[in-house]
Amino acid sequence: MAESETKYQQPNEKGHFGVYGGLFVAETLMGPLAELRIAYEKYMQDKDFLAELDWELQNYVGRPSPLYFAERWSKELGGAKIYLKREDLNHTGAHKINNTVGQALLAKRMGKTRIIAETGAGQHGVATATVAARLGLECVVYMGAVDIQRQAANVYRMKLLGAKVVPVTAGSATLKDALNEAMRDWVTNIDDTFYIIGTVAGPHPYPAMVRDFQTVIGREAREQILQHEGRLPDALIACVGGGSNAIGLFHPFLDDKDIAIYGVEAAGEGIETGKHAAPLCAGKPGILHGNRTYLVEDENGQIIETHSISAGLDYPGVGPEHAWLKDIGRAKYVAINDDEALQAFHDLTRIEGIIPALESSHALAYATKLAPTMDKEQIIIVNLSGRGDKDIHTVADIEGITL
Amino acid sequence: MTGKVSRRGVSRISARFELRAKEGRKLLIPYFTAGDPKPENAVPMMHAMVKAGADLIELGVPFSDPMAEGPVIQKAMERALAFNVSLHDVMAMVAEFRQKDSETPVILMGYLNPVEVMGYTEFAKAASKAGVDGLLTVDIPPEEATDYVAAMKAEGIDRIFLISPTTSEQRIKLINDASAGFLYYVSLKGVTGAGHLDVKAVQDRVSMIRTLTELPVGVGFGIKDADSAASIASAADAVVVGSAIVKRIEENLDSADNGIKAVCELLSEMRAALDAS
Repeated sequence: MAESETKYQQPNEKGHFGVYGGLFVAETLMGPLAELRIAYEKYMQDKDFLAELDWELQNYVGRPSPLYFAERWSKELGGAKIYLKREDLNHTGAHKINNTVGQALLAKRMGKTRIIAETGAGQHGVATATVAARLGLECVVYMGAVDIQRQAANVYRMKLLGAKVVPVTAGSATLKDALNEAMRDWVTNIDDTFYIIGTVAGPHPYPAMVRDFQTVIGREAREQILQHEGRLPDALIACVGGGSNAIGLFHPFLDDKDIAIYGVEAAGEGIETGKHAAPLCAGKPGILHGNRTYLVEDENGQIIETHSISAGLDYPGVGPEHAWLKDIGRAKYVAINDDEALQAFHDLTRIEGIIPALESSHALAYATKLAPTMDKEQIIIVNLSGRGDKDIHTVADIEGITL
Repeated sequence: MTGKVSRRGVSRISARFELRAKEGRKLLIPYFTAGDPKPENAVPMMHAMVKAGADLIELGVPFSDPMAEGPVIQKAMERALAFNVSLHDVMAMVAEFRQKDSETPVILMGYLNPVEVMGYTEFAKAASKAGVDGLLTVDIPPEEATDYVAAMKAEGIDRIFLISPTTSEQRIKLINDASAGFLYYVSLKGVTGAGHLDVKAVQDRVSMIRTLTELPVGVGFGIKDADSAASIASAADAVVVGSAIVKRIEENLDSADNGIKAVCELLSEMRAALDAS
């Protein structure tokens, strides 16, 4: 069979997406990662586990999330019809919980009693603390000291949920440093601890496992658009930090070659200023956090501090599957700067009565560029990955308003 | 003078292990981060360490995201990175050290990304030219290291891999096949500088590892004074001391000379304890 006819199937058994992905960790983690891979492969075939996961997604997370036709906004933009996949309506307000429910159930089956996680915007930390509370598991969340400042409400939420939030002051004191610190915790406490990574990065099997827990987004969207429109969409758009909401939407559509796929990175103050968080648009391949992928790095291989208005996109790496999809040309990666994202944040709030997360606002901003270039019969699905309540202090701050 | 192999055709690292084995002595391997506290202190520190009894020097390559390091070495790397110390700079330090010392083996220890970005072959050639004898990369397991091992082998750079308390017997064999110079047993689950060293457990593990390898075995992580060095040395061919040294550098940031002095005091005590036991 010709390469072009084969169904998309990645990664290979070693966790490689082409040259990307893999397992680049300290020796102490090799055993625990093998144990995790075996458990994940076993339970993803286990009917009882999958039934329990489905039940939790329906009754606890509140799935399926609606696919909402943003009619007024589409008209205003004067092009394609824009549908929003409403992950913001999930319990805890973002797509992150799809994955934490899955991994926490896996942790329970593996007999682990302690959960650790890293968080940037705090959404993954909240989603982890939430499921840990629900399952009665001890929970420790590592969070960059800078992010703790930016996302005070989410920090308090995690504490209310019984999690211990540990500030990380090393390096740039943001998401990447929180991930380093969570890895250090894991290597020290591997016997009883399960590390719930929040995105499709990290060593194998995390990029594949987190993707598999997030593809519920794309599977639902596919069914829903067929119900609404009787056909598949012409384009998909999602923001990409690590890239879990994006891969969750994209993956079930990868074999539909006519559908254009756009991942939107954070251009921060502008790609040309160097103050961005756009490894796919402006970085180079390298090794960080257990996998080979595109990185924002200098010529000596040091990781550079990234910049974005959105804490959830402020990460110098990206999931290895996105690196692969970029190289094979199946997805296109673009970047939206802070100002453009802010504008989209306001537009959606005023026109549709939906306050989007600043992360998701990057995807929305790209839709405002793409939709007018398409005709009125065409369809775009934008992943509205989270709600913006957590960001109102950031936005107010920028606009000089004291709450 | 800077050739990586001795006259007998074995690597400088292997030659040193053979020599010490013949004498019935253990190797003392100090670590410090290149460029900490300042780039110009690196070469004097290396020479001073040799005088104080070091057999092999493990020179840390600064990296922005040192995932396996505890807080002491993390801070050392941040201090070095404040001077933008790069992999090229570290190799230049080794080349300068080699002008006066052609006997003491030097290995670089660090993370994969700087080597990856330079290119494995380009690194191996430059390292060999500078007089580097081995490379220990924390975050590359042998499963991912086929090209890496081939590139280092081609230039005579020894590959040192870590073995941990969680490594299976099957993986120890795999690691042994990819290694040259010596095997490095990490004595505890955790990051560098952690405190809970279980000597009996280390002895048992090292005995097991010895049944699977011909290579000498060094032990590191958690060795902080002469006593712990001596007790670990009872099971190993070499002891590696890192955070305890970096801590002394950190305590003397106002005077590099005092830092070197404090480090050398510690090494002399350890050397004496190793040779007495």
